[in-house]
Amino acid sequence: MPLNLQANFFEPGKRYFRAFTPGDDFYEALIDTHRDLSDEQSAMVNAKLVLLLANHVGDISVLREAMHIARKDI
Amino acid sequence: MLSTYQYPKFDVVRAPEFSGGQTKRYPVVVVGAGPVGLAAAIELAQSGVPVLLLDDDDTVSVGSRGVCYAKRTLEVLDRLGLGDVCMDKGVSWNVGRTFFREQEVYNFDLLPQPDHKRPGMINLQQYYLEEFEVKRAQELPNLDLRFKNKVVSVTPQGDGATLQVETPDGIYAMETDWLVVADGARSGIRRMMNLDIEGKIFKDRFLIADVVMKADFPHERWFWFDPPFHPGQSVLLHRQADNVYRIDFQLGWDADPEEEKKPEKVIPRIKAMLGDEREFDLEWVSVYTFQCRRMNAFTHGHVLFVGDAAHQVSPFGARGANSGIQDTDNLCWKLKLVVEGKAPPELLNTYSEERVFAAEENLLNSTRSTDFITPKSKTSLTFRNAVLSLARNHAFARALVNSGRLSVPSFLTESRLNTPDDGPFSGDMVPGAPMDDAPMRFAGQDVWLLDQLGRRFCLLVYVNAPASLAANTLAQFKALASSAADGAAALALDVLLVSPAKTAATELKLLQDHTDRFAERYDAQDGTVYLIRPDQHVAARWRAFDAVKVQAALARATCNLH
Repeated sequence: MPLNLQANFFEPGKRYFRAFTPGDDFYEALIDTHRDLSDEQSAMVNAKLVLLLANHVGDISVLREAMHIARKDI
Repeated sequence: MLSTYQYPKFDVVRAPEFSGGQTKRYPVVVVGAGPVGLAAAIELAQSGVPVLLLDDDDTVSVGSRGVCYAKRTLEVLDRLGLGDVCMDKGVSWNVGRTFFREQEVYNFDLLPQPDHKRPGMINLQQYYLEEFEVKRAQELPNLDLRFKNKVVSVTPQGDGATLQVETPDGIYAMETDWLVVADGARSGIRRMMNLDIEGKIFKDRFLIADVVMKADFPHERWFWFDPPFHPGQSVLLHRQADNVYRIDFQLGWDADPEEEKKPEKVIPRIKAMLGDEREFDLEWVSVYTFQCRRMNAFTHGHVLFVGDAAHQVSPFGARGANSGIQDTDNLCWKLKLVVEGKAPPELLNTYSEERVFAAEENLLNSTRSTDFITPKSKTSLTFRNAVLSLARNHAFARALVNSGRLSVPSFLTESRLNTPDDGPFSGDMVPGAPMDDAPMRFAGQDVWLLDQLGRRFCLLVYVNAPASLAANTLAQFKALASSAADGAAALALDVLLVSPAKTAATELKLLQDHTDRFAERYDAQDGTVYLIRPDQHVAARWRAFDAVKVQAALARATCNLH
């Protein structure tokens, strides 16, 4: 399966009436994860997050594609 | 300044209280003639409840202030008799564009669905809305609007409140059965009653400028993150009536508000944005901060808080005035039923419950927008800029760009006034949902569904063949529609038939769903019935008509279920 670049956030059992809600739910949780951390601590949290999610995805060809897009235009 | 608008000065009339006699007692007093208090007073008066509306000023809002009025608000304004006049003066728009540095990264359409009467949003200076509302209020014989009447004390009692009112002619006292408080963010009455409003101040300052210019900008909302003409901050542009443009510059917390308001400071900022050659006049400038907070409950005995007096949000999303007007839409039909003895005062607690729920949603969405627009840490800023960078090419990131989630009505799915479904339905018109509009035909004319509903509860009955409705079913509809005579619960309903068929006149009003939009949006099949509240939220629905179930749902929706 190729890297999914379409909006894909949801929470099982939750009904959404507005299309922006699931993405905003995620983004808030992400920013909350970093609340009150120093920049260095945040960088460590982000690194751990990438590793956890990469393992969850598993398919290294998908991860290569994501890594390629992430590095572009930097 | 202010070259495009002439501020009205309303007549101040000596209150009848000064002509002697006993202290007067009124059924309903509304305090504050802003967009929200006026909406409450108009709705109550035109639904038959006499209202006294007090305001401490004698003109309308200075500066454009509340600018964006959402589709749902326009639908409420339609019911107040003000939809067309606001549409004619305002600038309608549906598309918003978001830029990051020099490039557009994302755009949205507020109304991607066809076949709605009203657009996603109009921009209209608040002073116009207030002027139109005052004019409408003054047409209503049972609405007494008194300018330069400032409430200086309030004493709530079990069954009402006593007020002291200061006027140019002196101070007078009055009593009221119900007090609706619409005196704004710094509510004097809230303070006099020692009621708390809790939340947080955001540490940021914004400059807003009303600029008059001849420009051919499209009717769209434009939002910039970190633009070259205002680096590191955000800017928002809205086109309003009379070629007035609202420009909103984020300044940061350290900005000096008095300094920033000076024309020699403001004009270069605008020139940097518009280019040196564009001619413009500065009409109005203000620097603001904002708070996100709400009262714990909006109902306090016989005192009912609406609008900014009850809750305040950040301006990103236009959820202030829009939610205030929706407060009044929720409150007024309930207050009318209670005043008329057709529902217990308990119904007014559901005003608080439902609008606290809506306020929470507004606070959540506007706080999320604020956190995206003004990141509070280096990591937040990095994430924000990563989203904006990815948004140019990738749909998933566009969905995360948050330059304001614009005001939409709440789905009151948790309300105890709803009757849960007893069978499967698809689509969004669940109990508690704000109604979707649909084009209809009535007596050969093109009409809109929402315009066809009255001020009462309404039963919408979808039938394939209205002519072949059984006589006893018709008789039951008629019985529901005529006021039953059994005391407090005597609530009449309007019954409206909706049919895909073009049918000759029936004894009941019939709307033809000629485009099938109703069937589609309401998942309607032959026999489907919707019970609609006076504020056009769904109360209940069934696959087949059952008079007993309808009566029970009506009783539940009015707190008359024992």
